[in-house]
Amino acid sequence: MRTVVSFVIGVARFFYGFIFGDDWRVAAAVLLALIITGLSVANQIAAWWLVPAIAIAMTWVSLRRARPAQPSTNPGPRR
Amino acid sequence: MTGAGVVLITTFLASVVEAIEMVIIVLGVGAARGWRSTLLGAAAGLAVLTVIVAVVGVAIMAIPIGALRTVIGTLLLLFGLQWYRKGIARVAARGLAGSVEQRVEEGHVVSGTDWTAFFLSFKGVLLEGLEIALIVVSFGATAGQLGTAIFGAVAAVVIIGAVGFALKTPVVRIPRSALQLIVGTLLTSFGTFWSLEGLGMTWPQSDLDIVGLIVLYATAAGAFIALGRRQRQRMLLRAT
Repeated sequence: MRTVVSFVIGVARFFYGFIFGDDWRVAAAVLLALIITGLSVANQIAAWWLVPAIAIAMTWVSLRRARPAQPSTNPGPRR
Repeated sequence: MTGAGVVLITTFLASVVEAIEMVIIVLGVGAARGWRSTLLGAAAGLAVLTVIVAVVGVAIMAIPIGALRTVIGTLLLLFGLQWYRKGIARVAARGLAGSVEQRVEEGHVVSGTDWTAFFLSFKGVLLEGLEIALIVVSFGATAGQLGTAIFGAVAAVVIIGAVGFALKTPVVRIPRSALQLIVGTLLTSFGTFWSLEGLGMTWPQSDLDIVGLIVLYATAAGAFIALGRRQRQRMLLRAT
C-alpha cells in the first residue's frame, strides 16, 4: 500500500513539475489563453495570435519576477 | 505517372514533414537531457504506435487526432516554455557558453531513467507516428495502394531518421545554454502549433506555419536576452 501511495505521489509530482514547473502563473495564463482560443474557434473568430502573445508576455513577466542570476564564481569540479 | 507512383511520392513527402518534426524533438531532447531515456521513450512511442496500428488497422481514421493533438501540444507547449524561459535567463546571464559540469549542476544528468526525456520523446514519436499512419491510410486506402503508401512512409521515416542520427554529433557540440534555448523554442513552437490545430484552428500555410512560430519565439527570445544583458550590465555598474 505504501509503495502504491508513494508511486502515485511520485507520478503526481512529476506531472506537476512537467506542466507547471517553477512558475505556475505561466502555465495558468497559457491554459487560459488556450481555453479562450478554443471558444473563439468555436465562434469562428481567428485568435491564433493569442496563445503565442500570452506565452511571450508571460515569459517576460516570469523573467522579470525571477531574481537576476549572479555571475558564476564556481570554478567547477577539480579534474 | 502511375497511380502507385503518385501515392508513393505523396505519402513520402507528407511523411517527410511529420518525420522531420519527430526527429527534431528526439534529437533536441536527446542532446539536452541524454540519449538513453530519450531513445527509450522513442522506442516506447513506436511500440505503442505499432500496437495501435496492428489492433485498429485501417479504422485508425476513427482515432480523435484533434483531441490527441490538443493534449500533447498543450503538454509540449507548457514544458517547452519552461526550457525557453530558463534558456533565455541562462544565455542572458552566461552567454552561449556551457559545459557538462553546468549540466550536472542543473540536475540534467539523472541516474536511472530520466522520465522527462522519456515522456517528451514518447509523445513526439506517438503523435507524429499517428499522423504518418493517418497519411498512409488516407492516401493509400483511398487509392487502393496501401502497400505503396506504407513503403513511402517507412522510407521517409528511415531517411529522416538517418539524417537525424548523422546530426547527433554536431548537435551535442552546441553549448548547453544555447541548446536549452533552441530546444525550448522548438518545443514551444510545436506545442503552440499542435495545441491550436487540435482545437480546430486551421493554419493558413499548414505545417509551414511552424517555421513562422519558431521565428516569432526566437525573435522574442533575442529581444529578452538583449534586455536581460542590459539590465545585468546596469546592475554590475551600480555594484562597482
